[in-house]
Amino acid sequence: MAYVAVKGGERAIGNAHAWLAETRRGDTDVPELDVAQVAQQLGLAVDRVMAEGSCYDRDLAALAIKQARGDLIEAAFLLRAYRTTLPRFGYAAPLDTGAMRIRRRVSATYKDLPGGQVLGPTFDYTHRLLDFTLAAAGEPPAPAPEVEAEDAEAPRVTELLARENLMRRDEASEVEPADLTRQPLSFPAARPTRLQNLARGDEGFLLGLGYSTQRGYGNSHPFVGEIRHGSVTVCFTPPELGFEIEIGEIDVTECQMVNQFHGSRSEPPQFTRGYGLVLGQGERKAMSMALVDRALQAGELGEDRTAPAQDEEFVLMHSDNVEATGFVEHLKLPHYVDFQSELEVVRLMRATAAEPEKAEP
Amino acid sequence: MSRDEAYNFAYLDENTKRMIRRALLKAVAIPGHQVPFGAREMPLPYGWGTGGIQVTAAVLGPRDVLKVIDQGADDTTNAVSIRRFFHRVAGVETTTRTSEATVIQTRHRIPEARLTEAQIIVYQVPMPEPLFRLEPRLAETKRMHALADYGLMHVKLYEDIAKHGHIATSYSYPVMVDGRYLMSPSPIPAFDNPKMHRMPALQLFGAGREKRIYAVPPYTDVRSLDFEDHPFRPHRAKAHCALCASCTSYLDEVVTDDRGGRMFVCSDTDYCETRQAEQQKVAAA
Amino acid sequence: MRPGFTDPVQDAQSCFRAVLEAMSRPGRVQVLPDGLNPPAALHPATAAVLLTLADAETPLHHDAGAEADSWLRFHCGCPLASPADAAFVLAAGQPPAISALAQGSDEEPERGATLILQVSALETGHGWRLTGPGIAQEHRLWVEGLPPGFVAEWRAQRACFPRGVDVILCAGHRIAALPRGIRIEEG
Repeated sequence: MAYVAVKGGERAIGNAHAWLAETRRGDTDVPELDVAQVAQQLGLAVDRVMAEGSCYDRDLAALAIKQARGDLIEAAFLLRAYRTTLPRFGYAAPLDTGAMRIRRRVSATYKDLPGGQVLGPTFDYTHRLLDFTLAAAGEPPAPAPEVEAEDAEAPRVTELLARENLMRRDEASEVEPADLTRQPLSFPAARPTRLQNLARGDEGFLLGLGYSTQRGYGNSHPFVGEIRHGSVTVCFTPPELGFEIEIGEIDVTECQMVNQFHGSRSEPPQFTRGYGLVLGQGERKAMSMALVDRALQAGELGEDRTAPAQDEEFVLMHSDNVEATGFVEHLKLPHYVDFQSELEVVRLMRATAAEPEKAEP
Repeated sequence: MSRDEAYNFAYLDENTKRMIRRALLKAVAIPGHQVPFGAREMPLPYGWGTGGIQVTAAVLGPRDVLKVIDQGADDTTNAVSIRRFFHRVAGVETTTRTSEATVIQTRHRIPEARLTEAQIIVYQVPMPEPLFRLEPRLAETKRMHALADYGLMHVKLYEDIAKHGHIATSYSYPVMVDGRYLMSPSPIPAFDNPKMHRMPALQLFGAGREKRIYAVPPYTDVRSLDFEDHPFRPHRAKAHCALCASCTSYLDEVVTDDRGGRMFVCSDTDYCETRQAEQQKVAAA
Repeated sequence: MRPGFTDPVQDAQSCFRAVLEAMSRPGRVQVLPDGLNPPAALHPATAAVLLTLADAETPLHHDAGAEADSWLRFHCGCPLASPADAAFVLAAGQPPAISALAQGSDEEPERGATLILQVSALETGHGWRLTGPGIAQEHRLWVEGLPPGFVAEWRAQRACFPRGVDVILCAGHRIAALPRGIRIEEG
């Protein structure tokens, strides 16, 4: 047989891209999906891509979802790769989630509380029955009833507890938090760094870890102090102005978990908090993040670190789905050379095992 | 082709290049030491060579001639894709000829031809930490490197010999650089390790996902770990290339049928093609 | 204000390659192209190296005077720092003691400072005998304008490897480098 080395990588790539584009579009008898439709009607997918892509732009996230054929990790990757090319004008002031325009707010620890409980647009009490009326293009749903918003302030539940000295206060710090997108992780990692990592982290990974803390892997007795979702104002001080201005508003979801803490030598028994904040509406992720954040505080609180969720290097090094998907999927790239070297060594070791005297490399 | 003006030359912005360049200089000054750097998200996935690409982008200039290989070959899909990327964003000349290149980006091989002082080789590195299979914790391996405490690796290799009669590591075979740092040569076959020793070219290593850069300056000692009674021995298939008849180059095994038929061809395509061309010239003369 | 690089992207790239070559082959002299006209206290090579490597993320310490100061701050945007905290230390006059600069730690030796020494001449072929990584046999380097105690200080810091300071020597348009691991014998 005459052997000719495989050639034509360039053409193969070109053809694959053309096929991908055709497959993405699908049957051309079906109208093409509009990016605005994705942004409006697949809002939670857009939210997840913005959170894990760590870039708040609904239209770009919707475009990424369309381009990625609905693969949300691929879409987050597209958004991340775009985000790194953007110039940085500066850093916004910390968000004041206490002043959130609330669309949803629930507490599991108090039946009623200042600001009230607001169910908001939630799946929580829907019966999970496929709604076949959605399959047939029909009339838009009737508008939801509206009532006058109570203008009452909604103080955070954790603050109510802290005022009674029952909740451990997180020390305020003037130290500039590090930015993971500029400086690589190092250990031990400060809590702001951990929170940044978790906020960008994969929802599924955090969900599994959070779940594990509830099943005894890590000492956790969580209550949802509060979940709130709504809009917050973003403020920024342009150096040329020298004073703070409002530059826009974004939607976020915040979760504060309240955990019992038995106390240590230096601290009395009290409640401690786990904190979760994600871009957009991402309640599952915010709750999981809060559970994991609390688990990662084990060292600082003098608790034993025995469970995976308490192991900061394990959690933080494996939470990023763009990194994880890259390294897992790279296994499909050619490894002929390494495999060949393993073949030779395995053959040699087998020969040695069969006839120890004769085998020579 | 002129470059795509929508992006900065070589894609990265100048701040990022400066950050990478500073890391590269420290890496050269401390041979074999992994320098953390603020790796950026690239438009290619982690695992596809984002570390090597960032290093190449920080080094590359308009007068460079770039060669990209994967598994020794210029025409593997990922090598093609990376070469196209730089052609597009830097407009540089590319080549498949090892001897013509000033910068060579590689995944998993070192070319067979001896590299020269006029060349830089950039390795794509998946796991920069040579100890990671023995100790996955970065905080711990960092301490080991600080103390040059590499007993763990020696014990592992010795256990291999005790158990199998041979060191079972066949690629990513750990090396000591200038007698101080234990270093991963990236997943090149152990066959290539001796080429790193006192190489005239500058060797740069980029790990994007793990955010580390390291380097071996020219003419620096690079020793594969071994024992007096079990000296390091590079392996290659005991065969010759079916195309150029080389019996010294590293070979890929090609399965030709399902009855155990196989043949061997050079993994370094430029080396193989150059030899074939010379042989044809001799035959024609 | 005097201008910086004419073409910031390409000039920085070619200067970086010269510095990389200098650091990779210690004692070999690289010649940078003409074209930069910095304040008088800065040699063109010194100015080019700082334009190439320094920015807002790298605290700088220098002794090059007011005009150089405003030029460096305008073009590089680097904050000023004490010698012990600076990533780059520029000595146009009497250099600070190497031991007074950041050395990094055994875990993070890359945090050691880069000392840019402006000297009056750099020649190869005679002078110091350099050996170590980057050098096949030995490189000879003649440096004019260093204080007499430099080689003794260098030997003292070599004992602390991997901690240490890396040096870039600049004279006119010429540069040479001394990475921390290099051995210097007086010729």
